[in-house]
Amino acid sequence: MAHEATHEHHYHDPSNITNPEHAEHHIVTPLQYGYVYVGLLIGTLLTVLAADRNFGIFNPVIALGIACTKAVIVILFFMHVKYQSGLIKMTVASGFFTFLVLITMTLSDYVSRAWGLW
Amino acid sequence: MPHESAVHEPAHHEHEHVFIPQHRHHFETEEQQREAGSFGMWLFLLTEIMFFGGLFFAYLLYRNWYYDAFVPASNQLNVTLGAWNTAFLITSGFFMALAVWAAEVRKKQMLVLMLVLTTVFGCAFLGVKYFEYKEKWEKHHIPGANFDISEFVHPPIDKATNKPGQKPLQVDMAQRTQIFFFLYFGMTGMHALHMIIGIGLLIWLIARAQRGDFTEGYVAPIENFGLYWHFVDIVWLFLFPLLYLINRHPLQ
Repeated sequence: MAHEATHEHHYHDPSNITNPEHAEHHIVTPLQYGYVYVGLLIGTLLTVLAADRNFGIFNPVIALGIACTKAVIVILFFMHVKYQSGLIKMTVASGFFTFLVLITMTLSDYVSRAWGLW
Repeated sequence: MPHESAVHEPAHHEHEHVFIPQHRHHFETEEQQREAGSFGMWLFLLTEIMFFGGLFFAYLLYRNWYYDAFVPASNQLNVTLGAWNTAFLITSGFFMALAVWAAEVRKKQMLVLMLVLTTVFGCAFLGVKYFEYKEKWEKHHIPGANFDISEFVHPPIDKATNKPGQKPLQVDMAQRTQIFFFLYFGMTGMHALHMIIGIGLLIWLIARAQRGDFTEGYVAPIENFGLYWHFVDIVWLFLFPLLYLINRHPLQ
């Protein structure tokens, strides 16, 4: 019985094929969600305040930087990716990587076709 | 009787299968089933990233081509309403995250309450969006035969500076503001459609949560819907700065 108790949250699987990542289920607490929520609201306030000031070409850079930070926070905590297995983490990362490929390849086509006329 | 149990028990204890009604027989463990579900949901969300990604790319390209038209058109949008809507959507997402927690710790009434609050703030967002669209309709800023370019050719005089609030545009460039509004309605409209579908699903989930379907260890539908709802949030986190904010200080 003592043996069973120690393995209560760790599935005993000698062949290690059903849960190769040893993914353990993690429950994020309401307090952690609270911190994330306040952080996202502060991010929203910052992006509105930053848009009121003139930073020249850096206005869009700052706005997108804040948006990316907020998106990463949502993905890691609200969407639990921080606590998921390597398979899920890699799936998410590959999706964003493929999106960057889409942007880079298409943009390089448009930029190079009308060279100097952007 | 002792003989019968001796026959059946070893078969039961050979594999440590979890015996819960929702556990499908083709999954070895509950964890494996759960991971497979999350994996499938994320694959769907990746197709959604590509779908919205195409729209974002179109915006990037046309903003570059018709920058002079995109600046005054973008500055027609109401930043205050956009900021409030961002806050509503973040609040809705916060309650959705708490709903997943309530399902995990098996609090039925808490789960129902959190799902209802998620729905309420989602509806608040759509309500604000309705008034924003209505204003565009009244000003004839919906692309098409009745589109009105007069506000971009003769911008209203700003009382504080006694100059036009925006740089006046030539007629041909003023026509290009339609491309901004086309993308604005396309992107926010597809986002709103996703929210309407989400609210429909939320009502279905609330009814099932009320029956106690998700507070006996079966959290997957709540968790996977949560992923969808947070994804829709993320799309708005990019729509808000790109459509409302980045053109307020145009480059000369």
